[in-house]
Amino acid sequence: MKSITKQKPFDEIKQQLDRFDRVYIIGCGTCATMTKTGGKEEVLDMKKRLEELDKLVTGWTVIPTACDEMTEVAIREVDGAIRNVNCILVTACALGVHRVSLYIEKPVIPALDTLFIGIEDSPGYFHEVCAQCGQCIMGETASICPLTACHKGLLNGPCGGTNNGKCEVDKEKDCAWTLIYQRLRDQGRLDLMRKYHPPKNYQVMPRPKIIKLT
Amino acid sequence: MASNFKQLLNSGKFVITSEISPPKGTNIEKMLHHIDLLKDKVDALNVTDHQSSVMHFPSLGGCQVIEERGGEPILQMTCRDRNRIALQAELLLAYTRGIRNVLCLTGDAVVVGDHKEAKGVFDLDSVQLLRTIRQMELGKDLGGNNLDGTIEFCAGAIVTPEARPIEPQLIKFENKVEAGAEFFQTQAIYDLDNFAKFMQNARQFPVKILAGIVLLSSARMAKYMAENVPGIFVPQYLIDELASAPKGGALNKGIEIAGRMITSLKKEALCDGVHIMAIGREEVVPDILEAAGLPSRVMA
Ligand code: SF4
Ligand code: SF4
Repeated sequence: MKSITKQKPFDEIKQQLDRFDRVYIIGCGTCATMTKTGGKEEVLDMKKRLEELDKLVTGWTVIPTACDEMTEVAIREVDGAIRNVNCILVTACALGVHRVSLYIEKPVIPALDTLFIGIEDSPGYFHEVCAQCGQCIMGETASICPLTACHKGLLNGPCGGTNNGKCEVDKEKDCAWTLIYQRLRDQGRLDLMRKYHPPKNYQVMPRPKIIKLT
Repeated sequence: MASNFKQLLNSGKFVITSEISPPKGTNIEKMLHHIDLLKDKVDALNVTDHQSSVMHFPSLGGCQVIEERGGEPILQMTCRDRNRIALQAELLLAYTRGIRNVLCLTGDAVVVGDHKEAKGVFDLDSVQLLRTIRQMELGKDLGGNNLDGTIEFCAGAIVTPEARPIEPQLIKFENKVEAGAEFFQTQAIYDLDNFAKFMQNARQFPVKILAGIVLLSSARMAKYMAENVPGIFVPQYLIDELASAPKGGALNKGIEIAGRMITSLKKEALCDGVHIMAIGREEVVPDILEAAGLPSRVMA
């Protein structure tokens, strides 16, 4: 599992840093390193680009896993370099940005857009398999999530837009319901295509989702 | 009381429906003109619901006008723009305005329209919407609460006989029947042999099927549809026929083709009626009816 991110357009980063001239950069050694959006290389590149804008980059670090609680220790270790900056630029996913912001009282600015939680199919290719709906129906849809893989999140079979097994919105994307049909057929479970799925419960866990697991 | 349209469907008459596209804006003159032109020539008129995800004057508004002017409206309802609360509320309003027919659709994706950044809702899908209607008819909303005054609709859905692959579509068709669909208007069909095959299977279900007739206005449009619109197959001979029309005569050729298809469908009793979509050329629908040799005035 990875948090899939993409660097924000540099103009947006520039605009967000407009009123800050002393910046510290924090990257992440896990997902953002694997997606090549916020690891050491990208942090150094960001440093260079900020310096070209006449920003003073007082330092940088790549925290092993920015979203976990060890981030507090990592931040304490670089306290000296952080003390005099006006803001922290984080090249990690939003979870990392959130975590960092818990331990630093200065403005924390995301340099990345968090796209989805996904998996890597082949180097550099990621895709979303689950939208974390809180009530998994994959047991009845041949382990393909219609909520995520179907563009419209349809629960009761394909729309009329299926185009030779591709989705109406994108000829490159498979129609989820064609895949579900084929897999259920191959598994001898086509009766499940006829099973009625009632409207989704969107309040399985009202937002913000919080849970204490024992 | 059953809707007039439902009574017609059950009367065994070859039913003709067509559709009205509301304007983008408040100038409803053209829409009124089309309604007046067609309301007595066809058995019922659909009003499209932000067709192709392009924002328009609402379907419900168009249906109210049809009803006020003595026509028989079919309210198209997609699941793209409203959640289950808004959909149910609109059914209540439609019912109180005398609208008695609803066509339940999933709706096109938002990204094909003119507000590409909008949030697609799809809180319900077409099967769930059909069931919602049936549940409300029994006096309960989707939350399980009692309604003070219920609804009653002749509910329909769509089906795409040319979808590839066809098998999952056919299962969905059955799911819609199971959910309470009483009639189907199909996506455009051009290959009558394929359609006959589809009908052979569909005949076993207790529903009425109106074949979708989309006017081909030129060879270019026919080619474009065949290549770009999912679920539409236009045989090459029709494209050639349109291309062979004399300059400026393609539209007439298209009217002739549509008329011819309707005649065959009716003669061979392939289906229960047709749904004519002239897409922006509503004014030629009477010509299509004439080309099909249908009486210009429907006796309801
Ligand atoms: S149904 Fe889909 S979104 Fe919900 S938990 Fe299962 S995979 Fe995730
Ligand atoms: S074409 Fe398939 S994947 Fe795309 S919206 Fe329709 S059912 Fe979903």
